[in-house]
Amino acid sequence: MYPIKNFFIVLKQVTVGSKFYYAWLAFLGLLIFIGAASYGIQLQKGLIVSAMRDQVSWGFYISNFTFLVGLAAAAVLLVVPAYIYNFKPIKEIVLFGELLAVAAITMCIMFVVIDMGRIDRLWHVIPFVGKMNFPASLLAWDIIVLNGYLAINLLISFYALYQMAHNREYSLQIIKPLIILSIPWAVSIHTVTAFLFNGLSARPFWNASILAPRFLASAFCSGPAVMMLIFQIIRKVSKIEIDNKAIFKIAELVAYAMGINLFLLAAEFFKEFYSGSIHLAPMKYLYFGLHGHNALVPWMWTAMLFNITAFFLFLRPRTRENLLTLNIACVLIIIGVYIEKGMGLSIPGFVPGTLGEIYEYVPTFVEKAVTVGVWATGALIYTLLLKFAIPIYTGELRFYTRETEM
Amino acid sequence: MSKNTCSRSKFKPLTRRNFLKGTAASAATLAIPVNTSDASVWQAFFQKHFQEMSKAEMAEVIKRLEKNYGEKYKTSFNIKTSTALPDTLFGYGLDLSRCIGCRRCVYACVRENNQSRDPQIHYISVLEFEKGHKWVSDLEEADKYYYPHEVPEDGHFYMPVQCQQCENPPCVKVCPTRATWKEPDGIVVVDYNWCIGCRYCMAACPYGARRFNWGEPQIAREEINPETHYLGNRPRYKGVVEKCTFCIQRVRGNPGRYPACVEICPVGARKFGNLLDPKSEIRYLIENKRVFRLKEDLNTAPKFYYFFAT
Repeated sequence: MYPIKNFFIVLKQVTVGSKFYYAWLAFLGLLIFIGAASYGIQLQKGLIVSAMRDQVSWGFYISNFTFLVGLAAAAVLLVVPAYIYNFKPIKEIVLFGELLAVAAITMCIMFVVIDMGRIDRLWHVIPFVGKMNFPASLLAWDIIVLNGYLAINLLISFYALYQMAHNREYSLQIIKPLIILSIPWAVSIHTVTAFLFNGLSARPFWNASILAPRFLASAFCSGPAVMMLIFQIIRKVSKIEIDNKAIFKIAELVAYAMGINLFLLAAEFFKEFYSGSIHLAPMKYLYFGLHGHNALVPWMWTAMLFNITAFFLFLRPRTRENLLTLNIACVLIIIGVYIEKGMGLSIPGFVPGTLGEIYEYVPTFVEKAVTVGVWATGALIYTLLLKFAIPIYTGELRFYTRETEM
Repeated sequence: MSKNTCSRSKFKPLTRRNFLKGTAASAATLAIPVNTSDASVWQAFFQKHFQEMSKAEMAEVIKRLEKNYGEKYKTSFNIKTSTALPDTLFGYGLDLSRCIGCRRCVYACVRENNQSRDPQIHYISVLEFEKGHKWVSDLEEADKYYYPHEVPEDGHFYMPVQCQQCENPPCVKVCPTRATWKEPDGIVVVDYNWCIGCRYCMAACPYGARRFNWGEPQIAREEINPETHYLGNRPRYKGVVEKCTFCIQRVRGNPGRYPACVEICPVGARKFGNLLDPKSEIRYLIENKRVFRLKEDLNTAPKFYYFFAT
């Protein structure tokens, strides 16, 4: 009987909560409904309801996908300091990073799928069943590493939770190799996603070797920033104690990552503007506008301003060890990287186009609504995961076992 | 801004009513065709990749497609699956000294190849340049949307661009499902029933040659061309990529026919032939005229040669 009983324990745990919990679920539910309805319109009429066209053939969906791959990668990369330096305050909270990775990767997969013209043919990419073009297509690589990453993180976090729920110590022999594997794998999902753009000689803005390093550097900024905010929420709503020391240590790491990111951006700026070849055009479009087209200019300078401000806030011990300024810096850096690694990365690949055309892309209502729906789905997944994981983690929730049954 | 990009204003504004209709539709048009007794829907869903079908399977598929198209456009269709001719590698020549920018090729192509009229899809983009200004390697000043009273416009010249049928096609390399490939006669084709619509090939193409069916393709019944090829001009679907195939339905015959753009060109600027045949016109002009190919720096090795006859 105990597996059934345990199932009801889980069900009860995620469905019964405070007023605030229900309000939050209802809010997410509403957003998901709006997103699903908008996606219905898109399915019915086709991607013509988006602002994407032949000139700019990837838009808001792929931009969000790119940002989220970074988030998923970086959430887990927190294990690096935790295990290499045996830094206990972080070590204990790695689990929540892994669960965030699960939610983020799910969103990534959703964004790629909703961007497809023929979702009914999704099975064509499945190896052996369909006709996956591996190893030639980087998209095939991405499908493999993203799904693999999802599997690894599900395995680690659920195994750990399962053992905890049964009052058993989890075996390091099982989990350690997986954690070690997850580190290069996290790097790989972001590298492969960068290479997906990087490998296209038709698009000079992406076809620069600095792309993958910049992807990683910026991911190390936004991912930990999100984690720092989530840790503060977790310790506020639960009994879990998360040491300020852990948060401040992460903040210090973000300062270095942003330092590297800004340096790489400066290197890109120098190369493009000093040499001034025709490949300067996308960069000019981003930061100054091209032939009067400047839809992204205010966004890019906002990102620049936010990233630089956040960099200094994280760099100075006084501001990073003050929760108010720390949180401001987190929000700034998340927005900054979202702009930079989202629309700021995908759109200039297409503007100007391969035949010199400038098509200004601004997402439509449907695109925005579907995007919000995907984000709300991710937030819902993470909420449910946390609702279940936190009490197990604190020992408040335990499963029935054969022994307790007897 | 353009004829080529479909204007969004044609679509109904998003009202609450439409919005709810969409919600209902999302349930109805779900990915997998449930609630249908029509076997052909399932057959289409499980249809194999073109290169993996047996002869019998292919015949079955062609029969079903001919029937479906026939019902939709109220005319009988012929879908060929003819394979590449032996010892053939198709090449194209475009005489820039002759082109007057009249765009007859653009529209002849649309009629021959059953491109959607709404939203409008063109395989050929004619670029207009001002004499003395930048062109070839920097297309920033190219104008695709010129509408003069008469062509050629004084002080201007024209360069039509279409699929360059690269020997080393970057679009084929990136396709995650091998839905696009290079045939033995050098034509890059798409299986419209295998493409998942991810549009990675469009990002990879350096010549802006690929087109996506953003909406349901629409062609008036009386304008349909029922003489088609599976890998060429048969009607396409919403959500798939398409492109120029050198009119595969015409050129793979013995005797074959010229592509529609070659046939229509009023000034004879377009040449077409077999690159492996030393006596072909295309070989003559490569060997005797000053030819160049677009974006040679990318090593895509196009089989589309621009040249100057005079």
